[in-house]
Amino acid sequence: MSKQSKRAKAAQIRETMAAEGEAVQENTKGFNQGRYDSVADLEDYQGLKDEARQIKEAAIEQLPELIEQLTETVEENGGTVYLAEDEADANEYIQSLVESGETVVKSKSMTSEEIEVNEHLESAGAEVVETDLGEWVLQLAEEEPSHIVAPAIHKSRASIAELFRERFDPDRPLETPEDLTAFASEQLASKFDDADVGMTGANFLTADSGTMMLVTSEGNARKTVAATDTHVAVAGVEKIVPSVEDLQPFVELIGRSGTGQDITSYISLLTPPVDTATFGDETIEGAEDREFHLVLIDNGRMEMREDEQLRETLYCIRCSACANTCANFQQVGGHEFGGETYTGGIAGGWETGVHGLDSSEEFVDLCTGCSRCVEACPVGIDIPWINTVVRDRINRGADDHAYDFLVDGLTPDAESGGMSYQKRFFGNFVTVAKLGSLFAPVSNWLADFGPNRWIAEKLLGVDQRRDMPTFQRETLKEWAGDRDGPTDPDREVLMLADTYTNYMHVERGKAAVRTLEALGVSVEVADVTESGRAALSQGMVETATKHGEAVAEELLPHIEAGRDIVMVEPSDLAMLRDDYGQLLDEKTYEQLSENSYEILEYVYGLLENGASADALADGDGEEIAYHGHCQQRTLGLAAHTEAVLEELGYDLITSDVECCGMAGSFGFKQQYYDVSMAVGEDLREQFSTPEAEGRTIVASGTSCHDQLTDLMKQDVPHPIELVAPLERA
Amino acid sequence: MATTAGDSTSERFTTALDELDVGWRTTTAEALSETLTAFPEPIVGAPLPFEGISLPNAITRADDPESVKAAASGVTAGTLGIADYGSVLIESTPPEAELVSLYADTHVAVVRESDIVDSMTAALESLGPRLREGRGNAIVATGPSATADMGALVEGVHGPGDVHVVIVE
Repeated sequence: MSKQSKRAKAAQIRETMAAEGEAVQENTKGFNQGRYDSVADLEDYQGLKDEARQIKEAAIEQLPELIEQLTETVEENGGTVYLAEDEADANEYIQSLVESGETVVKSKSMTSEEIEVNEHLESAGAEVVETDLGEWVLQLAEEEPSHIVAPAIHKSRASIAELFRERFDPDRPLETPEDLTAFASEQLASKFDDADVGMTGANFLTADSGTMMLVTSEGNARKTVAATDTHVAVAGVEKIVPSVEDLQPFVELIGRSGTGQDITSYISLLTPPVDTATFGDETIEGAEDREFHLVLIDNGRMEMREDEQLRETLYCIRCSACANTCANFQQVGGHEFGGETYTGGIAGGWETGVHGLDSSEEFVDLCTGCSRCVEACPVGIDIPWINTVVRDRINRGADDHAYDFLVDGLTPDAESGGMSYQKRFFGNFVTVAKLGSLFAPVSNWLADFGPNRWIAEKLLGVDQRRDMPTFQRETLKEWAGDRDGPTDPDREVLMLADTYTNYMHVERGKAAVRTLEALGVSVEVADVTESGRAALSQGMVETATKHGEAVAEELLPHIEAGRDIVMVEPSDLAMLRDDYGQLLDEKTYEQLSENSYEILEYVYGLLENGASADALADGDGEEIAYHGHCQQRTLGLAAHTEAVLEELGYDLITSDVECCGMAGSFGFKQQYYDVSMAVGEDLREQFSTPEAEGRTIVASGTSCHDQLTDLMKQDVPHPIELVAPLERA
Repeated sequence: MATTAGDSTSERFTTALDELDVGWRTTTAEALSETLTAFPEPIVGAPLPFEGISLPNAITRADDPESVKAAASGVTAGTLGIADYGSVLIESTPPEAELVSLYADTHVAVVRESDIVDSMTAALESLGPRLREGRGNAIVATGPSATADMGALVEGVHGPGDVHVVIVE
């Protein structure tokens, strides 16, 4: 962010959303829904994903051997293999295959975009024609792809019609998608007739037979190969798998995960040089002299393989699921949420690996770590973690700032100097909360005092349009310390009250304690509050690790004494269940992960195991609307909340969005306020339908609560507040 | 993909074709000529690599570029059918099969009932050894060519806009 002011960044995002947001939103949401529908048809979706993951893990593990084997096989088949170290190396080789004045037809290939081969060939006097309709439109418009599967996803039908009118002045009006498609096909048909060289990518390469798999729907990749007598395939080295049979899970997953098609129209399994005939002038000719060149691109990939944190990126099969399921991507598209070539969540890994941190820095903060993409990814890549690591590396590489001592005094963290104040402020929010609670209510008056809001925006980039959370004078820990629990408890719980629950949203913590006590459980509130989520979301890995170690130190003796850990905030629970696997030693992580529960998951378990719901509140048919938290859904825990509320007699409807848009501190940041509100708009609409209107709205996450109170102008309690019995006299 | 347990493989195949909006009919080796010549003209074809089943004499052999590009119907073998998806396999031998199946407005794939397999797994298990030993090429084709790049799904882009499958009992 040092390169561009927060205000300028906010303006740029607004502009992109105005120009492209509508088309991006419609298409990505369609793809995402298609994915849900299509994978639901599979008998064993999870089994296929596991199989796909294992194949990629093993293939990347033995990559050097596979490169060698594939090279031998392709050469045996009569082709040539060139292993290109970087972009320049690849371009120089490809240029040597194309003569000035020749026509190169291309089918869609992101790897060819990565090396910018078109520009190189054109500067050497060749004509390069993209034949995928989306890519061709972008070539005419001189724009960059904004999506790895549907490159022109940001272009509306009207803007394409306008482009064709300007460029070709066609003799018939082009209005409908059918008109535009037919016109484009005609224009490109003659290009195929003139073509000398055909260039494709490759979705997969099999080392045992030298077969390449291409996943397409238009038929242009087939024509690119059949219509030319020189075939150049450009592929990253990570595309190799051991055998033809290994392709099976990918064939079944790639279309479903990306655009929601069960399978694309054409899966080409080519073992080049292919023996398909080609058109001569007068006759159909055999292809005995067809040349084939496989250009394998390293360009940083072998280093990624050695980099423990980036390595998983190489498992990516470029399906686009992570982009389509991402609430922020749905609003801004790949021109904002993307680097030099790659777009969407996984772009953080790709861009860092192939182009460097500078390319990632432009967009990686648009990943809020909500984790919805992990479930969507057909090979289960931990995309949020990769983006956290990328943020951490950017933080560490930042220049020194002259005023660090001011913020350092406030924020005792483990990070090196030079990080933005905004990241420090949000990453160390627990310090702010402790002080805020200590000096409440004065601190609240100060926080809301006009000039201070202005300073907070100037210095920290906290958007003035957001309501600040209110600090409570009495913390949950203090309140709980004065209580007598049940006399003969069935179980004992240590409650890890997160920073918000302890210092600000104390009422949800109190409701949790009362609920547990009513079900015969004694509750102690832990001293430690901060799981490290806030720091991790800013990429402050070291600080987050220190928080994790402090949590482990306090919690492990309780766990060993047979107590269960219960938490109210899903994003903090996700630290224990998931992120600590990256931060702490394995044994510690397992203990914390296996013994921690979300509050309503725990209540559900107690009720299932014989506790009586009579002791809890009576829903009595009250109409409520529930919004689950994104990380809670990824952990598979939203159902427990819904079950408990229904059991108590509430009349429940639920939201159906990937994320509320607030995502921790994201929506408070000046540069992302508009994206956050645009994401929230979906939720506002869902909760404003005739069916939903007037219902009590409940939400599990703190940031969802903040977002929904801003959007709906009503109080938004935590579900536990509807479950808890009234306070005992 | 919505099929009922207990359906035969070929019934599941035709159910999948129905869902794709791909036309199909069953015929016998004897009646094949009559079935194929009923498709819109001009028809071109690539030889069928099947024992005892050949392309009718009435169908033009694909041997010049113009007749292939101008064909209303293009007949080729589908060397496998995949029941789960309604896919047919187009191989690169005979060498003109790829052009015929790609350039005609309607692709007519002739599939022997005994060549229909259940699943993608079965298809790749059959293809694996053939690609390793013969180093051949195959297109798994499912329905017509299509794009959504122009604002809505349009069938018939660079490839055929219509597909028909003729199943030979």
